[in-house]
Amino acid sequence: MNSNAVIVGGNRTPFAKAGGPYAQASSHDLLTSAIDGLAARYGLSGKQLGEVAAGAVLKHPRDFNLTREAVLSSSLAPTTPACDLQQACGTGLEATIYIANKISLGQIDSGIAGGADSASDAPITVSEPLRKALLAANAARSTGDRLKALARIRPSHLKPLAPGVNEPRTGLSMGEHQALTTKRWEVTREAQDELAAASHHTLAAAWDNGFFDDLVTPFLGVAKDSILRPDTSVEKLSKLKPAFGGPEGTMTAGNSTALSDGAATVLLSNEQWAKDNHLPVLAKFVDANVAAVDHPAGDDLLLAPVGAVGHMLERNGLTIEDFDLVEIHEAFASTVLATLKAWESEEYCTSLGLKGAIGTLDRSKLNTMGSSLAVGHPFAATGARIVPSLAKMLHDLGPGKRGLISVCAAGGQGVVAILEAV
Amino acid sequence: MGALEKLFYSPVGHAVSTRAGLTDPPTLRRGRTWPDGTMVLAPLGASTLVADTLDLLGLETSDPIVDAPADSPPGYGSRIGALVIDATDLTTIVGLEDLRAVLRPAVRALEGSGRVVIVAREPSGNWESKSVTRALDGINRTIGKELRRGATSNLVYVSADATPNDLLSTLGFVLQGRSAFVDGQTWHVGGASSIVDALSDQPLKDRVIVVTGAARGIGASIARILARDGATIVGVDIPAAGESLAGVANEVGGTALQLDITADDAGAAIAEHVARRGERIYGVVHCAGITRDKMLVNTDAERWGSVLDVNLAAQIRMNEVLLDPAIPGSVEDGGRIVGIASTSGLAGNKGQTNYAASKAGVAGLVEAMAPDLADRRITANAVAPGFIETAMTARIPFIQREIFRRSNSLSQGGQPEDVAEAIGYLLDPASAGVNGQVIRVCGQNLVGA
Repeated sequence: MNSNAVIVGGNRTPFAKAGGPYAQASSHDLLTSAIDGLAARYGLSGKQLGEVAAGAVLKHPRDFNLTREAVLSSSLAPTTPACDLQQACGTGLEATIYIANKISLGQIDSGIAGGADSASDAPITVSEPLRKALLAANAARSTGDRLKALARIRPSHLKPLAPGVNEPRTGLSMGEHQALTTKRWEVTREAQDELAAASHHTLAAAWDNGFFDDLVTPFLGVAKDSILRPDTSVEKLSKLKPAFGGPEGTMTAGNSTALSDGAATVLLSNEQWAKDNHLPVLAKFVDANVAAVDHPAGDDLLLAPVGAVGHMLERNGLTIEDFDLVEIHEAFASTVLATLKAWESEEYCTSLGLKGAIGTLDRSKLNTMGSSLAVGHPFAATGARIVPSLAKMLHDLGPGKRGLISVCAAGGQGVVAILEAV
Repeated sequence: MGALEKLFYSPVGHAVSTRAGLTDPPTLRRGRTWPDGTMVLAPLGASTLVADTLDLLGLETSDPIVDAPADSPPGYGSRIGALVIDATDLTTIVGLEDLRAVLRPAVRALEGSGRVVIVAREPSGNWESKSVTRALDGINRTIGKELRRGATSNLVYVSADATPNDLLSTLGFVLQGRSAFVDGQTWHVGGASSIVDALSDQPLKDRVIVVTGAARGIGASIARILARDGATIVGVDIPAAGESLAGVANEVGGTALQLDITADDAGAAIAEHVARRGERIYGVVHCAGITRDKMLVNTDAERWGSVLDVNLAAQIRMNEVLLDPAIPGSVEDGGRIVGIASTSGLAGNKGQTNYAASKAGVAGLVEAMAPDLADRRITANAVAPGFIETAMTARIPFIQREIFRRSNSLSQGGQPEDVAEAIGYLLDPASAGVNGQVIRVCGQNLVGA
């Protein structure tokens, strides 16, 4: 039995800079807190849901069953099944698609999608020579062989390795990749700083207006996104030194997202379940799409969502003017600006197999309550942050209002979705 | 814990303080429990109001032993659980001797956490009759101070049209452990044509009750006790307290609503939260409150205004919205409003002019609202806590705290659940006859009205 997947609401922790207030918290703690806040908001304590799907990008081996363990730690019924899912920065949105699809297919009537990441609690691994030496020592049959194996260990092998954040195929960091895109699409420093300042200002206003009162639950005494700088300005941001793209680069710590800790969740269901449980419905989950680019061959790593959006719009017979609000994840300010330029480029869009340019976005519809530059970006959580926020904004605008979500992810992938207010 | 406090609680310190007269306070009987010993019923006239009420409560009673003019007064032989006096026919000074005669042997025989309950008529009739009614108040307060081992005395005035069904919840509350920290108090029960004919363990079953300030302390305890009694809790607190609020809401199987109650749309937001769930509110417990203590000479406009706004003005603004029957999700007919006053408000407390103003104001508010809501059968009452053991009172300096804590007839601080139980009693659908009352939960604090 097919049915509409609808968004009931969401909950997240405030996001914070890595190594900050959540330095001692694990991804498990963060995800559990986000689920508990959601349960409290919607009276789900002790209730069994269809499924919970969530993930983390920086993942400890001990978190091999992160989501299920978080469910068991939460107030949800322990009989609620769960699975881990991971698609780099697209995790939160991909988990939402997974739950929405199961609801649409009638396999479940309700579910939670989410993501958590703690760059503070990143898994530290041992070096490859040390690992090999230990394996050999373990397999050795005599004490002599064991000592011989261990004797191969050198002091330099003992240095722990932080998780790799570089693209394995190109050896470039995300920022270095985006610097190439920034240059190629001629995105100016000024435009990036303007976008970053706007992100902080709109997010600050949203907090002041109480917009997040029913979207965020404090965690470890932190009540607000702590990366937010309400008093930042284009002038202040313009003084920062380039962080990527060499001395002539235009990307700074101010117009790039900070490493962050946090968790976010979305509650989805079919319409009947929401009704039966006396819950509000904010928006329908209309469609979603995923696309990838060939960045090892030179494609722009973080522009994969462009093709994903274009094909999804064509499939739904929609144009960019049909949307009332658009959320483009601010991995870097220049990612958003390059994306908008790519949308306008006939040449780029047709090269992706689209019929023509996606079009020009009315910038007043973009990221109206701030985005990742100001909120922060715990990798797996971002998609699950955006979905309920956008659903609420659309619901406030009125039934039928449409919203578009575009999230770029490592590995040259893009995850996008359409919501429509109920 | 400071060095002095550690010493006080050490074995040596304990031995010294005990010899100095600071004995360990009695452990109070709490919860939905009845006294262990015999329930003695003493009617001082022909009225059967109390007897019929105890009958509804399913309590067996025995006759009182009456003090004789002999050298050694007769005794009960064993401990008794309670003495319940029906003084509704008592109108003369001579008649007060009958009261003394049943009190004397009973007070001597009362068990730990036993009860003296006097049920009397509201003041009416001639000068003598009215003064006798007031005399009972003095007797009750004094018995409360003389009773030991956690036993309490309370006086209930009933109006002429009050039935046993109207009195049922009050007598049940006073006799049970739920009233552990209510001592030496006097309040009124009116006629409400109640049809409830038995005490329920879950009187609030499936009723939606909004508790503000529910994230911690007394508010969290209120949420737990009301949920125990069957209520569906909507816990409200400021967004910054959301983490502990979520914990309480999940624990009691309710919902959490993060909002600042001083916002103009706070009442509307609460109603909307309830309406979205297709429900109406049965009860509102206004527990959210703040202190900004300073001597009056150091109290500026900000300290003054913020306390009055959170503790009183916000409550009035929310009530206006939540009591508008046209608003979906607002309070239903037959509903309940409960405010939290404070003995600081009723008696005054050094350094708390602003707080005292707001809390005495709450007492005034429920008295004002009660008659206005009567036609919708909605009641408005308040409880006034005395010294309650919370994280807030734990911050009072040790010696001051120990003095406050012991300055009442039960020689101890009350627990948050004691306040919550009194609120649960006021919220009980069977308490329809209790309206416009302010009940102190203070162990009969030495200061205060």
